[in-house]
Amino acid sequence: MQPSKQAWGLIKLAVFIVCLTPFLLLCLDTWQDNLGANPIEALHIRLGDWALRFLCLNLFLSPYKHLTGQHWVNRFRRMLGLYCFFYAFMHLLVYIVLDLSLSSQALLDEIRESPYILFGLITFVLLLPMAMTSSKNMQRRLGKNWKRLHSLIYPAAITAVLHYILLVKSDLNEPLIYADIVLILLAYRLIRHIKKQRIMVKTS
Amino acid sequence: MLIKESPNIASSEITDQSVFKARRQIIKAAMGISVASMLPNSVSATDKRYQNIPVGPYSQDLQVTDFEDVSHYTNYYEFTTNKTDATVLAQGLQTSPWQVKIDGEVDKPGIYNLEDILKDNPLQQRIYRFRCVEAWSMVVPWIGFPLGELLKKFQPTSRAKFVEFTTLYNPRVMIGQGGDSLPWPYREGLRIDEAMHPLTLLATGMYDQELPKQNGAPLRLVVPWKYGFKSIKAIVRIRLLESMPATAWNQRAPGEYGFYANVNPEVPHPRWSQARERMLGASIFTPKRRTEKFNGYGEQVAALYRGMDLKKFF
Repeated sequence: MQPSKQAWGLIKLAVFIVCLTPFLLLCLDTWQDNLGANPIEALHIRLGDWALRFLCLNLFLSPYKHLTGQHWVNRFRRMLGLYCFFYAFMHLLVYIVLDLSLSSQALLDEIRESPYILFGLITFVLLLPMAMTSSKNMQRRLGKNWKRLHSLIYPAAITAVLHYILLVKSDLNEPLIYADIVLILLAYRLIRHIKKQRIMVKTS
Repeated sequence: MLIKESPNIASSEITDQSVFKARRQIIKAAMGISVASMLPNSVSATDKRYQNIPVGPYSQDLQVTDFEDVSHYTNYYEFTTNKTDATVLAQGLQTSPWQVKIDGEVDKPGIYNLEDILKDNPLQQRIYRFRCVEAWSMVVPWIGFPLGELLKKFQPTSRAKFVEFTTLYNPRVMIGQGGDSLPWPYREGLRIDEAMHPLTLLATGMYDQELPKQNGAPLRLVVPWKYGFKSIKAIVRIRLLESMPATAWNQRAPGEYGFYANVNPEVPHPRWSQARERMLGASIFTPKRRTEKFNGYGEQVAALYRGMDLKKFF
C-alpha cells in the first residue's frame, strides 16, 4: 500500500527533524558548556563528522534503489543532500568565525601551510553549486546538465575523505572507515557504468 | 579574631608573595576537584596533596589553565587516541610501587625506587606554558625537580651525549599498546645539554597534588620549549647514550616529527600550520594566540641551537 500524500508530508517532516537532531544536540552542548577542554575542536569534529555521514548517505541512495527497487528513496535525495551541505557549511563557519576570528591573513597562512585545509575548502566549493541548484525549478532549467553538475558529489567525496585523513596524527582507523565506504560506493557506480556501456555497445 | 591595624604588622607577618600564590593555586585546584566530583564518571584528583612547595626559577606568572581541562584532555596513546577516554582508562594503571632503571653511560647504574629518587631531590613548583604539536596550548603549574640534578647524581660518563626515556610497557592495562598507533614502548630522547638545562623538569605532581594518572603519573618529563610529545609520561627507564636514540613519533612519521621538536611558528608541520595556537579553557570567541618561538623560552634555550638549521633539525 502506498502512503497518501499527507502521510508522505508527515514522514518527510519526521526525517527532517531526525536529520536536524545532531545539530540541536550540538547547540545544547555548546549552551551548557559541555564540549570539553577544546570546545571549538569538538564543534569542528562533530559538524564535520555529520557532513561526511550525510555525504555517504547520499552516495548510498542510488545503489540502494538499484539493488532493492525501492524508488521512494528519491523523495529524500534533496533533503539529505542539503543536510550534507548544511553541516559542511556550519563546519566551515565555525572554522572561519571561531577558529580564525575572521582573519583573512590567518586563512591565507593556513591554506599555504595546511594541505588538509585546502582539501576542506575544495570540498566546500564542490558542494556549493549542488546546493544552489537543488530546487525543482533549477533542475528543470538545467535539464541534462543538472545531472552532470550533480556528479560533483564524486570528487567532493574524495576530497572530503582526504581532508579527514590528512588531519589525523597517527590513528587512521576512523577516516579509513569513511574512505572505505566512499570507495565501495564509487566502485559500485563505476562497475555499473562500465556494464551499461558494454550493453550499449552490444545492442548498437 | 584579632584584627591588627596596619602599622602593627611586622614584616615577618606579611605573607610572602610566592606563598600567597601557592595558596591561590591550592584553592583553584580544590575547586577543580569539587567540580570534578560532581560530574558523573569523572576522575577526581588523588588524595595526596603537596604542601608548601617553593616556587622554582623560570616559573612564570601566567594565568593557569583550569585543572579540569588539563586533567580531562590528554594525549596518552598507550590507552587510546581519544583525549577524554584516556582520562578514564588510565585509572587502571598502578603507579605505586614504581621503579626507574637508570643505565647506559653512567657510573652509578641501577634500578631505583621512586621514593628514593624523590627523597634526594627537593620538589619545586614551575608554572610553564605547554604547547602541543596539534596547535593547542595550556599553562600548567607542575611540581617536580630539574632532570639535570638527578642525572648528575648518577654520574654520566664523558661519552654520554644523549638521554633516552622509556614509558612503561604493559599492554594488559595500557590497552592502546595492543594497537599500532605508535611503536611500543613509547620512547623519547634529549641531547645531553637539553637534558641538563635547568628548565627541563621531571614532574611528579601538578596543581599542588600528585600527578593524575592520565597526566603521566608517577613520573613524567616536562620540556617546556618543545612540543608536548617530547614530555614522555610514566617513565620506567632513563638511559644515557653515546648516539641519538630512536624516538616513537620519529619512527612513526620521520617526515613529520623530528628528534628536536622545538616549538617553532616558522616551521609548519608538513600537514598544518604552527603559527597560532588555541588556548585550552579560553572562551570560544577568544582568538588563537600567536605561537612564540621555543614556546617563549628562547631567551633561555636559543643558545643550545646556535648555528643549527632548525628547518632541517626540526
